[in-house]
Parts: sequence; structure tokens; C-alpha cells
Amino acid sequence: MRCTFEVLVTLKPGLADPQGKAVEASLPAIGFSNVSDVHVGRHVRLDVEAPTEGEARDQVEEIARRLLSNPVIEDFRVLEPAEAEGPA
Amino acid sequence: MTISTPRVGVITFPGSLDDRDALRAVETMGGEGVALWHADHDLRGVDAVVLPGGFSYGDYLRCGAIAGHAPILDDVRSFAERGGPVLGICNGFQILCEAGLLPGALIRNASLRFVCVDVFCRVETSQTPVTSELVAGEVVQIPVKHGEGQYVATAEQLRRIEDEGLVVFRYVEAGGDVSESANPNGSVDNIAGVCNGAGNVVGLMPHPEHAVDPDVGPTGGQPLFASLLTSALAGASA
Repeated sequence: MRCTFEVLVTLKPGLADPQGKAVEASLPAIGFSNVSDVHVGRHVRLDVEAPTEGEARDQVEEIARRLLSNPVIEDFRVLEPAEAEGPA
Repeated sequence: MTISTPRVGVITFPGSLDDRDALRAVETMGGEGVALWHADHDLRGVDAVVLPGGFSYGDYLRCGAIAGHAPILDDVRSFAERGGPVLGICNGFQILCEAGLLPGALIRNASLRFVCVDVFCRVETSQTPVTSELVAGEVVQIPVKHGEGQYVATAEQLRRIEDEGLVVFRYVEAGGDVSESANPNGSVDNIAGVCNGAGNVVGLMPHPEHAVDPDVGPTGGQPLFASLLTSALAGASA
């Protein structure tokens, strides 16, 4: 079966987030002066072919741990899969 | 009997920029530069390996993240486990951290700006292949040029790095004092370079390969390459 997963990678709290800061700094220019604590992360979507959803999820966890995120500076979260039985 | 010339390999990744300067620095200092390719499983029998600066794989995902899993990294890992001298410069440092060969990580400069400036680095240990001909406390002037050179580590890693003397270089004033103003990127404890537990794998953000020719700036990179060649030769004859 083919499962679609989405992984969110975010900087650990306390680390400089220049993208978040830049977005935050530009918001008053479009009329929003009430926004703070803006953070920008990474969103990765991937399809995994595996016998079961559980196995696919385990693989995604490993992929996220070993490549998509760096445990020194980032946290990640695997979102619940929207199962996709699409054509091979 | 011939006097052997140390052979130093420089790995080119897609997006490497300073590979040719690194090869040239090796040759300038009397070694033989050997071009290596990221997709090969072949270190061509070199005595030392340099991972140069640049933007490997466009720095996609994170700086050095994709290169950290390049085919040749398997060979670099085996070479390092056998005690071979490995030097990562700038992007090369980021790659070694991503590959798990060095502790810590490099993130966006605290200033959020790219920095390109000559800095002073204090040598913290002479027990590495790139500082063997220097004395702890010596200061060398070398340029930095990076947007993501802020060294960070987990609290546990940092404790180990400091306790076990794994800091190789710190950003300092010309006189050797650690200060906030001497720190170009906000690195924790002014750390400019670290080594692994065995001391044979070293990474640093400053560019010693850009500092070997007196015609184009400071020459603080000379003793680093001289040390690397000596260490390479020692390994080759061992």
C-alpha cells in the first residue's frame, strides 16, 4: 500500500529563527502590528510504499530522524497519514 | 630513496566552491593535492582528506545535510576511524557535523547577516593534525565568509567538548582575548573549530586555504596546512 505522510520540522525553542523574525518584521507593512512569536519551519510531504501503514510510518520516523531533521537543532513531528491508494 | 610528498585529497561536491583553493593551498605548502569526487567510493590512497567550503547540494534541507550522506562519506568515515587526518572547512565543517563525525551543528549567524571578514583565532590545542605545529594560545589571522556559522551544541555535547578539550579554535581579539566583539557569528563560547574525541577529525568555519598567499591577505592558514602535511606524512610512513 502507498501512504502519504507529512513531516513538520521546527527549530528547537530558543534557537535563532531568522526567517520567522523577517516575516514578523514585515507584517506591520501589511497592516498587522499585533503579531509576535512567528516561526518558520519545514514541511515535507512524501509517499511511502510498504506492506502496512505502521511499517511505512516507522520508515518515515527514521527518515525524519536521520535526514529531514538535525536532532541538535530541530524537532520533528510526523502528521497523521492521509492514505492515498493512487496509481503506482 | 625518495622523500615522499604527502598526498592530500580534496572532495568536490556539487556546489563546492573552495575545492580548488584548498588544492592550491596544499600544493603551495609543498603537498600533492588530489581531487576527489563525492559520488566515488574512492579516496585514491590519500594521506589526509579535506572537505572544502561552498554550498554542497545547494545547501538544500540544511547546510551539509545532503552531502553528509554522500557516497564518499562512507570512505571518509572508515578513513577517520583508522585515525586518518580529516579537515572540514566551512561547508566541510557543516558536512562533518551532519555526518555525525563532529559534535554540534552550525546555524544562521546571530546577526542574521552573511559575514566576510578576517578574524583572529586562538589555537586551543596542538593535539590535532592541523595544529600540531602550533602552540596552544597562539593566534592566527584567517578570513571567514559564511551566513550559517554560528556553532551550537546540546548542553551535554558542550560540556563534553569543553571538558575533554575538543575546542580547537576560538574567535578572539588580536591579543588573544575572548570577547563578544571578536565573535563574528554568535558561536557559543566563541568556538570557531572543534575536533572529535580522537582528535584526528577537525572542522572550522574560518578558511585557512584562503590564507596561505601573502599577496592576497593574511597568512594564518599556512601553519594549519603545514601541520596537516606533517600529519599526513606521519600517517603515510606509519
